Amino acid sequence: MIEVQELTKYYGPHLAISRVSFAVAAGEIVGFLGPNGAGKTTTLKILAGYLTPTSGSARINGHDVLTESLQARRALGYLPENVPLYPDLTVRQFLDFAARAKGVPGERRGTEVQQVVVECGLTEVVGTRIGALSKGFRQRVGLAQALLHRPPLLILDEPTIGLDPSQIVEIRQLIKELAGRHTVILSSHILPEVSQLCQRVIIINKGQIVASDTPENLSRQLSRGLRVQLAVDGPVDDVLAALKELEGVTEVSPLGEGRYLVVGRDNGDLRPDLARLVVGRGWNLWELKAQEFTLEEVFLNLVTEEA
Amino acid sequence: MSGIGAMVRKELTIYFATPIFYLVGFCFLLLGGYFFYANLLYYNLLSFQGAQNPQLAALLTPQQMVFRPLFGTLAIVFLFLVPLITMRLLAEEKRSGTAELLFTYPLTDGAIILGKFLAALLVYLLLLAITVIYPLSLAPITRLDWGALASGYLGLILLGGACLALGLFASSLTENQIIAAVLAFALLLLFWLIGWQQELGAAGWGGVFAALSLLERFENLARGVIDTRDVIFYLSFIYFFLFLTQRQLESRRWRA
Repeated sequence: MIEVQELTKYYGPHLAISRVSFAVAAGEIVGFLGPNGAGKTTTLKILAGYLTPTSGSARINGHDVLTESLQARRALGYLPENVPLYPDLTVRQFLDFAARAKGVPGERRGTEVQQVVVECGLTEVVGTRIGALSKGFRQRVGLAQALLHRPPLLILDEPTIGLDPSQIVEIRQLIKELAGRHTVILSSHILPEVSQLCQRVIIINKGQIVASDTPENLSRQLSRGLRVQLAVDGPVDDVLAALKELEGVTEVSPLGEGRYLVVGRDNGDLRPDLARLVVGRGWNLWELKAQEFTLEEVFLNLVTEEA
Repeated sequence: MSGIGAMVRKELTIYFATPIFYLVGFCFLLLGGYFFYANLLYYNLLSFQGAQNPQLAALLTPQQMVFRPLFGTLAIVFLFLVPLITMRLLAEEKRSGTAELLFTYPLTDGAIILGKFLAALLVYLLLLAITVIYPLSLAPITRLDWGALASGYLGLILLGGACLALGLFASSLTENQIIAAVLAFALLLLFWLIGWQQELGAAGWGGVFAALSLLERFENLARGVIDTRDVIFYLSFIYFFLFLTQRQLESRRWRA
């Protein structure tokens, strides 16, 4: 659906993205993750056909965004960051314009507009001027215009930014529902959002892709040496000493109330050994669980490594 | 094609939803109405005097005394109002960020520009259509030269189109509506008055400047003389500025 090769963009002397390459298959939901100013928006703007790259190429549905811009743009729906809309138009007038501009034929226009209005929960505000709408509704209008004409690809730049928590949940739900029918590429700097919504995460920092994988794999990849948390009923000093002596353990830290965090040296799983040790000493083992790195830690790790 | 239609509809909806159009319409019709009335009074006065002077009487037609000066005045009034009509067209899209939406829709730059130009022209035609009341109100009491009137209106339409194309170009240069308006006004005045050079006796170049003047061409049409050179001049003027606007939009993609 998307093939991006060696995409580079300079704003004057400032390098925004550098040799970015990735591919997105049809039906995938891909999250673009990175700190502010990392190049997420620039990449998405190029994909949407708004900016031209300094070098490199991007193809959408097989159409080059530069040389076959119109065909590429026909295949996508784009929700820009900050959702710019025409404040003087009503929701219906605007969606009607968007449908015409996207070439939805006259006989289908009314029903398609009505469909996205219902889908995005805009029924009660169709006659309202967009300028008078709340941020949440505006976001939905933005999503509705992207969905019109049912493009195979949706590009959503920060779809939940500036919304209140309940609105965020609604928009996420909406995006999840789109999953089966569209390829979605969305950017965000909110990690839980990406790990919830996306099958694959592309982490970008300082204009370069630093990682690209499923959220689970990314967490696992980074947890070199498993971390195990256990709760043991026994004298603290004895337990600490015994744990430290165990083969493969690099670090033990007491967490209080009989809980300990054990960090292992490499990928080997410490849990069977730990269980045997504790039970062998005659202590009670209340809890034993492996701790994976959260996406937040992965992200911070990659981003700081880079810096 | 459907893209142009979509743009025209959208722009017209915005024109009719915002106060600027009504303000421009109010000023245009107020001044137009006043000058029509003043011309008519003057014509009336001279007609009484003309009764004693048969030579003068031949010159005293409604066309010469009322409509020819009225068209000249309407043209000048419109010159002042053009920047108000066009300043929003592209500057506002850039300022508010909706350009990002517009330019990622499957619309060609040409369709966007043509749609915006046609919408502005339609707004202007609507105002002009209302001024047809002036000759119609005289029709029952005097004989009018409808051919000359039509020529005058053709002149107003062509001149208006040229001014609007230039205004649209000015709007493509900036994201600030005020700057777009000032720029449009300055350029319009330049093309309006450039013909005066000729009278100042700037040898050689005088002819060139006169040929570029928006005003000189309009005089012919207001008088009732349709010269294809004048018509072609206005059409080329419109085409040229729409073309410049298109290049300007295209360069944005590369520079941004």
